[in-house]
Amino acid sequence: MTRAMTGAKMVVQALRDQGVDTVFGYPGGAVLPIYDEIFQQNDIRHILVRHEQGAVHAAEGYARATGKPGVVLVTSGPGATNSVTGLTDALMDSIPIVVLTGQVPTFLIGSDAFQEADTVGITRACTKHNWLVKDPARLSGTIHEAFHVATSGRPGPVLVDIPKDVQFATESYTPPSRAKLSHYQPQVKGDIEGITDLVAAMERAERPVFYTGGGVINSGPAASQLLRELVDATGFPVTSTLMGLGAYPASGENWLGMLGMHGLYEANLAMHGCDLMINLGARFDDRITGRIDAFSPHSKKAHVDIDPSSINKVVKTDFPIVGDIAHVLEDILKVWKARGRKVNREAVATWWSRIEEWRKVDCLRFKPSEKTIKPQHALARLEALTKGRPDRYICTEVGQHQMWAAQYMGFEAPNLWMTSGGLGTMGYGLPASIGVQIAHPDALVINVAGEASWLMNMQEMGTAVQYRLPVKQFILNNERLGMVRQWQELLHGERYSHSWSEALPDFVKLAEAFGCKGIKCDDPADLDDAIAEMLAYDGPVVFDCLVEKHENCFPMIPSGKAHNEMLLGEAETQGAIDEKGSVLV
Amino acid sequence: MSALKIKKGSSKHSAYNLRPTFSDVQERHTLAVLVDNEPGVLARVIGLFSGRGYNIESLTVAEVDHTGHLSRITIVTTGTPQVIEQIKAQLGRIVPVHEVHDLTVEGHAVERELALFKVAGQGEKRVEALRLADIFRANVVDSTLESFVFQITGSPEKIDAFAELMRPLGLIEMARTGIAALSRGAE
Repeated sequence: MTRAMTGAKMVVQALRDQGVDTVFGYPGGAVLPIYDEIFQQNDIRHILVRHEQGAVHAAEGYARATGKPGVVLVTSGPGATNSVTGLTDALMDSIPIVVLTGQVPTFLIGSDAFQEADTVGITRACTKHNWLVKDPARLSGTIHEAFHVATSGRPGPVLVDIPKDVQFATESYTPPSRAKLSHYQPQVKGDIEGITDLVAAMERAERPVFYTGGGVINSGPAASQLLRELVDATGFPVTSTLMGLGAYPASGENWLGMLGMHGLYEANLAMHGCDLMINLGARFDDRITGRIDAFSPHSKKAHVDIDPSSINKVVKTDFPIVGDIAHVLEDILKVWKARGRKVNREAVATWWSRIEEWRKVDCLRFKPSEKTIKPQHALARLEALTKGRPDRYICTEVGQHQMWAAQYMGFEAPNLWMTSGGLGTMGYGLPASIGVQIAHPDALVINVAGEASWLMNMQEMGTAVQYRLPVKQFILNNERLGMVRQWQELLHGERYSHSWSEALPDFVKLAEAFGCKGIKCDDPADLDDAIAEMLAYDGPVVFDCLVEKHENCFPMIPSGKAHNEMLLGEAETQGAIDEKGSVLV
Repeated sequence: MSALKIKKGSSKHSAYNLRPTFSDVQERHTLAVLVDNEPGVLARVIGLFSGRGYNIESLTVAEVDHTGHLSRITIVTTGTPQVIEQIKAQLGRIVPVHEVHDLTVEGHAVERELALFKVAGQGEKRVEALRLADIFRANVVDSTLESFVFQITGSPEKIDAFAELMRPLGLIEMARTGIAALSRGAE
């Protein structure tokens, strides 16, 4: 049974049939018919943001906190171009997002009409796929296909561009059950021979390490569960990328902490010294590998990824397995059990004793101060005062605070940690926290921010106040672009070109101007009480935490260096980055 | 903490110096890509090559299945074996791409190109051009008293050779289609 309806009605019906309950958006001329339909129904909640970039980041936060695709509705021209940063961010971090854009009527396309932009042309490089729908008969099918593409295989953002005359036209609606089956069906089961080879290598391995990434989280809760089972059964150490935090619990026995440029000493040395590296859903990003020709030189490498193009892209893989992490982990466990649950216990125990030696270095130690709040101390206290809560979601902006949050905060479950990893988008955290809070109204949602990042999308506090979202904006305010400053100190001769924040607003007054609570804290002695006050307040809070201005983020693998050349603190930084490394970002 | 000693203008060093070298050997591969014939599909393929810095030596595209709306894109590209593998994997990731075949790996493919040559001249040169066209089995598809348009098909090397011979004989203009290729045998 097909029903005739307008294109605009079809959009809303298709969203409903795809199980969408929330849309983040901003209206404009070319999407007015769809907004008119949204007005006349109650199934789908529309969240009005203050800027289209905020809409996409909020949808990303929603998607990462729920595992469901995030949906965005914006207008043509500037609405579409403002979504580009969010789309690129979602593409780099493999977040399923469906963006619907209005377009000028088909008969005006190409005429430089008001608010016309070549949206599919502009977003071709920053979406997994996109469509311009010129035929109303294909509108509903295209939207269903868009959801399929966004969520299948390696997830990512898609965009459907809908001209205004298509929104007005009447056609018959195709429900998902009758939509044409997409030929896009990525492989999810891993090759069983490859898996058996990997299991055999795991049985022999003397110095194994699991290196897990965002793919474990994207694969769904089953993947995290299976990972825990496999890690605990084999006793192998496990480390994770920034994107994969929470897949294995931070309190777990075999947890080494995050790896990479600002990763933990023991995690990076385990990667460097291992003889079998099992990469589950990570992509050998340059933040992880450091100098690539010195990356884990003595190991065999297994790589499980749902995207075949990730395999052998930067690092040559000895055991390549294309498949979904949960499916592959299930098979690894099955084969490993069937072969008698063998592990080289003695060697692995020796390996652990070496790791314990590295752990004793205590690489996250820092000099506390009684006068100023050290940013590490602020996050350690935030962690201590909130970690018991199972519904604690942490978002971040991008920079030093982001790395400190990853180092000092622990995640016990997947989907609790939202950060812009691949693109490194300053301004991500505040709108993302709004998306998370929309998905989980009663949860504790904290955005760990730097003052400079936070200012980039601070207009979204208006959204938080309008929808009464009690998001906590925890701003580590050093009046600097901390990470830029750190790099200028280390490799640009302490010439701090434009890396300080002058003319900063009074964040407390700013909070009050938005209609939320502002808290300022600059004394370590008051910090716990101030955090408690923030947590107790039932509403959005802007917490201005004035921290030490010149603190650097350690440990650090200088660019162009290998994992075993990491810097642990200020004393070691002299001459650390050579000429070659200085050109890397 | 004191400053590091870094020479000014060190940006001449490239990050890619630190990249792994799987193999330096440049290989030439012919890829056949079956795609949905939909708007923008060629832009996606070309955008992939330009965006990721791959080479295109030749590219041809035409619809080969009118009922299924499938087009066949034949791409000749060069790169190290690792880059070729990446190109194939990245092509396979594009949503409207159905199949990617590496005809160079799947067995020596038949590769043909069509070219049109406009050669102007009189007297002995004109006769010589006609004689050479006959040797190369090129057809005359247009003629005036001062010019010929030859049509020639064959391997790119054969067309290159023909072009070299026509140049001193009054070659004015040339149009080439790029390579179309099929694997040999029944498969």
